[in-house]
Amino acid sequence: MNRTTRRYEGFLFVGPFLFLYAFLLIYPLILGIGISFHRADPFGGRLWVGLDNYARLLADPIFWQAVVNTFKLTLMIVPPLTILALALALALNRATRSAAIFRGIFFSSSVLSVTIVTLIWRFILTPDAGLIAKILHAMGRDPIPFLSDPHLTIPALAIATIWWCLGLPMMLVLAGLQQIPPDVYEAAALDGAGRWTTLWRITLPSIRRTLILVVMMQTAAQLQIFGQAQLLTAGGPSGASRPIVLLIYEIAFGRWELGYGAAAAELLFMLVLAVTLVQYWAVTRREAEA
Amino acid sequence: MTSLELSNVRKSYGQTAVLDGVSLNMEPKEFVAFLGPSGSGKSTLLRIIAGLETLDEGEVRLEGRRIDTLPPGERGVAMVFQHYALYPHMSVRENMSFGLRNAGMPRDEIEARVVQAAGVLEIEPHLDKKPGQLSGGQRQRVAIGRAIVKQPRLFLLDEPLSNLDAALRMRTRVELAQLRRRADAAFIIVTHDQAEAMTLADRIVVMNDRRIQQIGAPMEVYSRPANVFVARFVGSPAMTLLPATLVPGGDAFARIRLGDGSEVDTRVPRDGLPADGPLQLGLRPESVRVAADGTAQAEVELVERLGERTLVYGRLADGAAITAEDEGNSRIRLGDKVGLRIDGTAAHIFGPDGAGHHAAAG
Repeated sequence: MNRTTRRYEGFLFVGPFLFLYAFLLIYPLILGIGISFHRADPFGGRLWVGLDNYARLLADPIFWQAVVNTFKLTLMIVPPLTILALALALALNRATRSAAIFRGIFFSSSVLSVTIVTLIWRFILTPDAGLIAKILHAMGRDPIPFLSDPHLTIPALAIATIWWCLGLPMMLVLAGLQQIPPDVYEAAALDGAGRWTTLWRITLPSIRRTLILVVMMQTAAQLQIFGQAQLLTAGGPSGASRPIVLLIYEIAFGRWELGYGAAAAELLFMLVLAVTLVQYWAVTRREAEA
Repeated sequence: MTSLELSNVRKSYGQTAVLDGVSLNMEPKEFVAFLGPSGSGKSTLLRIIAGLETLDEGEVRLEGRRIDTLPPGERGVAMVFQHYALYPHMSVRENMSFGLRNAGMPRDEIEARVVQAAGVLEIEPHLDKKPGQLSGGQRQRVAIGRAIVKQPRLFLLDEPLSNLDAALRMRTRVELAQLRRRADAAFIIVTHDQAEAMTLADRIVVMNDRRIQQIGAPMEVYSRPANVFVARFVGSPAMTLLPATLVPGGDAFARIRLGDGSEVDTRVPRDGLPADGPLQLGLRPESVRVAADGTAQAEVELVERLGERTLVYGRLADGAAITAEDEGNSRIRLGDKVGLRIDGTAAHIFGPDGAGHHAAAG
């Protein structure tokens, strides 16, 4: 067999994946960039408008409201999610039967679809017959309008999201914790390190990479939050809880302004990319110093 | 004053006993080796002294102070782990100073101790590197350095040489011996390598099957093994054990008849031996010589030429395995029938209970 055929042999193995990846991800991405320069509707009308869509977006207060909402949600979700995942993983990082059961319980919410998750949280949060409302009523208090008060919708969405997304970060942190050799902890015990010293000086530095991965993955994921907002609050009241993806959806598939929606999607893409790159830069810079 | 004192230490995991009433007294600055096969309980005992395992019963005292109730960091012991157990994210300097910082020692004194230990161990150029950038031997020195800076009353070494290659092992062994001379502390090394135990230790604690089998100076353990286990475990190649019976009558020393009918005169006093029951004759390879006029005959099964001597593994007429020694330039080959001259003065006798009986001292 000559060298050239050998070289192409490898492509046979990655071929199927490359084809699907290109066809389902790269091609639509490029197509989307193309559409964003047009005024387009699904029925074939397509008119080149250059950067008009982008200019309109940047001048659109509704778009900026969605951007602010998205950042609020991400900031309210990612830090508590990471800390909770870490705390749970630390508590459940032992080889007992009860720890295994609790790991399963805390992970179980992750396998639910967003529809079920919002349904569950609707049962809890609805002011007329929800669980919290009933408890408050029993205590003689008025129900709290979680899903209609503009100050409460974003925290409510954040709580439901944290509950839903907790499983995977917890498992990642657990996997990171289990990579730490036990004799390192024994050495720390002989070095007279207490619980806090051990946590701060041994455990956390050892799982630093896992924690960074969790934060970066969750940030990228939560900047694209959609289903919970659509199903729980529909972005309301008057856009107070509408994140960017919901806005894109409404523009593209509610008002059928495909070009305008595609432009918003491209801006979101650049936003996620920029945030991820900034995080990556911050992490690698710190590593280079260390 | 004694250094470490173990009294009647017991430990079991559920139904499985791992240590069964272990007692030991160490002299100040003594170097003791725990020698035994895997699962003998030697590592568990070390970890109990370190405070990494709890004990079910008994006491551990260090220089009179009871330490088995204290957390590991407050016992005045330092440990060198088998796999080094360095903190991977800390520099060598931070690794060595971590324990001192936790103890609240002033910074300049920590720095002075670290620099001094690094100088002794020749790891100064690496103080700002991470463990991942060091070779195995250098990591081992950092691990030793981390123990030295604490100036402990007792060093605990958990198979510290088992991860090193042969050349490095020899060198580290010499370094441990030097460290031992400098340090004002007692040492315990856990090992399954008898050469390590024999060369480093003042006394060897041979462990097997949850118990101490024998405590003694290296040559005492070698030349007067307390029982069959110690006799077989210490010494390489292992001592030959032959089924034997006592020949009645005769003088004060036991005369032994082997399975093939040949007889051996030992220097083991007859009156200490059990009155009846099967005996075993223990012979080190060096007390069985290949000789044309030998009293026993053996068929050769394996010949190992070691250069300065040759080891001959054979079988006696009754099928019992025996190990003998010959000159370095021996011409013996597989399948040869050779005569063996057995030196009865160095023979050991083991009773039906496995207890060892030896030639009268001196």
